[in-house]
Amino acid sequence: MSRKARFKEGSCGRRGFLKLLTVTAVGAMALPSESEAFDLDAFIQRHFKELDKEALAKTLRRLEEKYDHDYGRDDFKVRADGPQPGVHYAYALNLSKCIGCRRCVQACVEENNQHRGDPERGDRIDYIRVLEMEKGSLNVEKSEHFYDHEVPAEGKYYMPVQCHHCNDAPCVKACPVEATWQEPDGIVVVDYNWCIGCRYCAAACPYWARKFNWVKPRIPSEEINPDTHYLGNRPRYQGVMEKCTFCINRVRRGLNPACHDICPTGSRKFGNLLDENSVIRQIIATKRVFILKEEVGTDPSFYYFFD
Amino acid sequence: MYLTFVFRSIRGMLRGGPAYRSWVFLLACIAGFGALAYSRQAQHGLGITGMTDEVSWGLYIANFTFLVGIAAAGVMMVIPGYLYHHKEIKGAVLLGEIVAIGALIMCLLFVVVDLGRPDRMWHMIPPFGRFHFPVSMLSWDVVVLNGYLLLNLHVPGYLLYKKYRGEKPASWLYLPFVYISIIWAVSIHTVTAFLYTGLAGKPFWNAAILAPRFIASAFCAGPAFIILVLEIVKRRTAFPLGDRVIGFLRMVVLIAGLINIFLLISEVFTEFYAHSAHVASAQYLFFGLHGHNQLVPFIWTSITLNVTALLALMSRQLEHRGTLLRVIPLVMLIVAIWIEKGMGLVIPGFTPTPLGEILEYHPTANEIAVTAGVWAIGLLVMTVLIKHAVDIETGVLRQNKAPAGGLVRP
Repeated sequence: MSRKARFKEGSCGRRGFLKLLTVTAVGAMALPSESEAFDLDAFIQRHFKELDKEALAKTLRRLEEKYDHDYGRDDFKVRADGPQPGVHYAYALNLSKCIGCRRCVQACVEENNQHRGDPERGDRIDYIRVLEMEKGSLNVEKSEHFYDHEVPAEGKYYMPVQCHHCNDAPCVKACPVEATWQEPDGIVVVDYNWCIGCRYCAAACPYWARKFNWVKPRIPSEEINPDTHYLGNRPRYQGVMEKCTFCINRVRRGLNPACHDICPTGSRKFGNLLDENSVIRQIIATKRVFILKEEVGTDPSFYYFFD
Repeated sequence: MYLTFVFRSIRGMLRGGPAYRSWVFLLACIAGFGALAYSRQAQHGLGITGMTDEVSWGLYIANFTFLVGIAAAGVMMVIPGYLYHHKEIKGAVLLGEIVAIGALIMCLLFVVVDLGRPDRMWHMIPPFGRFHFPVSMLSWDVVVLNGYLLLNLHVPGYLLYKKYRGEKPASWLYLPFVYISIIWAVSIHTVTAFLYTGLAGKPFWNAAILAPRFIASAFCAGPAFIILVLEIVKRRTAFPLGDRVIGFLRMVVLIAGLINIFLLISEVFTEFYAHSAHVASAQYLFFGLHGHNQLVPFIWTSITLNVTALLALMSRQLEHRGTLLRVIPLVMLIVAIWIEKGMGLVIPGFTPTPLGEILEYHPTANEIAVTAGVWAIGLLVMTVLIKHAVDIETGVLRQNKAPAGGLVRP
């Protein structure tokens, strides 16, 4: 069992406390600042839904300039493609096929510009957690999260979990400032410029799908994906919540999510729930489909199935 | 004229005997230290705390939850004091309301220091912000806590000002607010409990018994805290306090404490006898889970303190012994409920995570320093306001009287 080692600054204890006394006494101001310089335009920016066409265009340009500057590039694109009518995205995952290789986890991080963290600390932000489950049990408490051996292992099956894009989402209900909501095409999004960082949504989520930027996200400039969406994979701020958006920057342009395309086994299926001929509708009609934690009543847009 | 009152009040708060001044100085130092620690957190982000995506609330929200209970209990004495015109209690009510003000300021500060983006707090305030009311339980909590703070600022503020001017208070200007605040006090702790019980994805919190337990433990720890304040005021000042007030409050503490224990037994029985898959969090709290047992010594300390203190309170002899013997069980109860309604409530809710992972939470030194700072600010507010109330009630601070020194005996 290899759990991620996690280190936190200044461990609790008398020595840590004494160290803190000195550090604090020397002066907080002397420490190198990791926080952002104050940005008036960002400070007074309105909620995403309240931005009219002109204000939105202006905001997107401002963000592009900021990201170009922050990451030393000149090719940032921040789009805000809207939902298509008659579309409700849904995901289905074939538990009979998934081998637990976690390529989806990696592809997701690269596509969505997550905080890379420190490999030593293991504090990278992942949207997908692949659980190694015991055959014969659906109890996640018996699962292994940090398996470190050749897959697939004997007697195990693998269940990747990510945001379920619930139609009755506890996180959306929880947010005190409407910084997170479900779009008309079913995608649950976060306005990173509106979130106040209270983390009530994270406490509410039954799928542990919401991840917080505990520090200012660090991504090497050469690893940045400059092709971004306002409600999706644009770089985030310190102190805000983020989550899987089904790769909103891709799916709203007719592509599939990155985790879908990378999967070597074809166990990931994505499509439009409202289209009778979509792969999702075929799976629901012909396979043994189930919903994870159906008892919490979240009505997700994410299904698991067996062959 | 009102400005003169404010000016003279502040001057009065800064004066006092050496004990008073050193206490205020000590609290101010801790508060300043906490502010420095917070400035570090503001720069580096909440990553400087022990919180993680696994356990995403910690010491701050734990203290917040406990203090809502203390704030709610300020009203305990309002009921007999105003409803039944119980004269002796009326003076103590003033102090209870001041305790509520201090506790509420701590509650609000704990929420603010827990925010990832405190600069965006205006997002909650319409018309420029978007306040998710009435859907989000957190928005309800913001409304009830701030409303309760206003009520508790108004009633004692008005009464003290009238006394300062030597006038009789007009009952229509404060009595309606007293009645509102009685219902409101119950609401603040109920809403805070609903904040947790409303989450279907967290079986440890998603239990109907949580709100009644919140109220029972609040009406145990809260009056216990107020008795401590009354004992100090009684010893050190000429503030008019009857003997019956403290006796009455001790009875409240005892009854609420017994109800709390009964509810705890009900909860533990239901969790462990049925032994469903939902027992994991309770298992983690009381006995440890898969070798993770960080909270176990704390919760058993809490239960031991709780039971011992209640047994001590039941023995009537203790009341007539020295102050120390009278006070120790109350301190034990406060500590017990601080553990139980703080870390003992918040951390197991996150352990194991909804996906079955267990990661133990260790608060960092910086986080503890911020927490101590918030406590110091709250206690400082309580101290100077109580000093103020004592000055006015004992006639030291009056409109037509030259200001004299503090009343605190050296």
